[in-house]
Amino acid sequence: MSLTLPLLFIAALSVGGFFIARSRAQSAAGGDIRKLASLPRQHGLNTALSTAIPALFAILAWLFAARLLSYRETAPIWVPLAIIVIATLGFILSVMRVSVTFRARTAAEGWIRSLLIGASVIAILTTVGIVFSMLFESINFFSQYRWQDFFFSTNWSPNFRGNSDLGILPLLWGTLYISVIALIFAVPIGLFAAVYLSEYASRRTRSVFKPLIEILAGIPTIVYGLFALVTVGPFLRDYLAQPTGFGDSASSVMTAGLVMGIMLIPFVSSLSDDIINAVPQSLRDGSLGLGSTHSETIRQVVLPAALPGIVGAILLAASRAIGETMIVVLGAGAAARLDLNPFEAMTTVTVKIVSQLTGDTDFASPETLVAFALGLTLFVITLALNVLALYIVRRYREQYE
Amino acid sequence: MKDTSMTKNIKISANNIDVYYGDKHAIKDVSVQIEDKTVTAFIGPSGCGKSTFLRCINRMNDTIDIARVTGHIAIDGEDIYDPRVDPVQLRAKVGMVFQKPNPFPKSIYDNVAYGPKIHGLSRNKAELDEIVEKSLRRGALWEEVKDRLHEPGTGLSGGQQQRLCIARAVATEPEVLLMDEPCSALDPIATAQVEELIDELRQSFSVVIVTHSMQQAARVSQKTAFFHLGNMVEYDETDKIFTNPEDPRTESYISGRIG
Repeated sequence: MSLTLPLLFIAALSVGGFFIARSRAQSAAGGDIRKLASLPRQHGLNTALSTAIPALFAILAWLFAARLLSYRETAPIWVPLAIIVIATLGFILSVMRVSVTFRARTAAEGWIRSLLIGASVIAILTTVGIVFSMLFESINFFSQYRWQDFFFSTNWSPNFRGNSDLGILPLLWGTLYISVIALIFAVPIGLFAAVYLSEYASRRTRSVFKPLIEILAGIPTIVYGLFALVTVGPFLRDYLAQPTGFGDSASSVMTAGLVMGIMLIPFVSSLSDDIINAVPQSLRDGSLGLGSTHSETIRQVVLPAALPGIVGAILLAASRAIGETMIVVLGAGAAARLDLNPFEAMTTVTVKIVSQLTGDTDFASPETLVAFALGLTLFVITLALNVLALYIVRRYREQYE
Repeated sequence: MKDTSMTKNIKISANNIDVYYGDKHAIKDVSVQIEDKTVTAFIGPSGCGKSTFLRCINRMNDTIDIARVTGHIAIDGEDIYDPRVDPVQLRAKVGMVFQKPNPFPKSIYDNVAYGPKIHGLSRNKAELDEIVEKSLRRGALWEEVKDRLHEPGTGLSGGQQQRLCIARAVATEPEVLLMDEPCSALDPIATAQVEELIDELRQSFSVVIVTHSMQQAARVSQKTAFFHLGNMVEYDETDKIFTNPEDPRTESYISGRIG
């Protein structure tokens, strides 16, 4: 028996319970609503929630248990029955409690709080679940492959017949190289744009410019990738790399970094703009009142005051850059390489995760399991960056509140 | 003008000032002669334009897009709204202390050294140290902060922050000090300290103070101007304004019937 029927039953009983409890409360009051400790609709809400919430939690608990016990068939008949009984019990008990003195508002708020707690617990459990699934597969990987080779080997050449070199260093190098180039492009442009928008632009210019810049944030990364592949890559090769003798590859670290930098501009500019606007006007007045110019005020008062927030924005942009995949595939290629030449094709951790998991693979060989170890490493790096960013942003907030 | 003002120098001379915020006519044809080495108080109910008028004197209204100022203000005979006058240089000469203490998120030392650094008033670190110490002493704050000059100015108490802001304004050696309700965010003890300070600053500057508190105006100022609905109603010796005002509106205000 599927769970659709009990779900419908819960919904019907809950809605019905609302009206029943409400009218019972009204009749208990005997026409004078002020005698009631809680309003009739609060009695109704309490009954509706008492009916629905325990039953819904029971359904979630069953789904979770079934997954843990690897129970793959549809639920046995006692499960929907038990759920219906729980809902009915909740309904009957709460309807019986309707009286002049019962404080239904407090009870209903208790149910709502349990709902909110449930929602946040689900969010946390999901994160924990993701980490654990990666962790188990990674442990699996390290039981087949030496961790020293994974973390310290400079060679990446997977071979599906076995005997591969799976060193993360060339991939990490590519990731960091491309991200750094992206940030070198994005941070000054984004920051200067933010300073212009928040300090110099008139209200009208700002209302036009800001949405235009934010359009950049709405472009799917695969479209950026196409831009890199078709336009930026050949352009850099023909006008920069070939004339200067740096190489003749259209896919290069520079291509991917440049395009990724464009993608990050709205992140940096939008966040920094908000942060610069949060600097109190009184500080600007104070500085101007001492006879400093607008630009001295920005450089010596506004930006230092906003600096921690700006650093936070940059770190958030950095973790975006590190996790980016599509632009790298199309812009920088898929060849793992440890090289300093920015016009050489290289690749990143995320690209290799994709390529190790595509095609006909079984999940037992180190060649596929390595993807999880790569993913976990990346996760740890971006997590560290995000924690750092949050820490810095929080310190900034404390300064003005 | 009264006899006493003839014997003293006129520092600021404002004639026929009108200020508009967009369509709003905030200041209506105000003329006032402010003397050197004197504390002049602007009093009046909220929204009467006294702060707006104060902000004309160092052209802070220039930083508000919709504000428009007409008329003439001269400091030492020089028209400050002349196109050749750089408002930035003007503001170095006319210091300002704001309603809410607004120390920069820098150390106490750097807060005071900010103006002198910007205007290049010191040639080396020793001179700068000297300016900072002198300014903090004039701000009656030196004894309290001399051991923690490199801690953030935002960590001081409200009254200390305001005295830091006064020290910061004094450090650029202005000729005029404008104070926009400098005590409205302070408790009575801090207020008393700042008022004492204002009286000392009178030795070196021409001080113009906007205040909500009539008692404060009576305590610290020698001259008082009463503003009402954008007009300057009466301007005279402080004693005369508070004991024998000429205009019935002034009398109503100081006796608590309006405002």
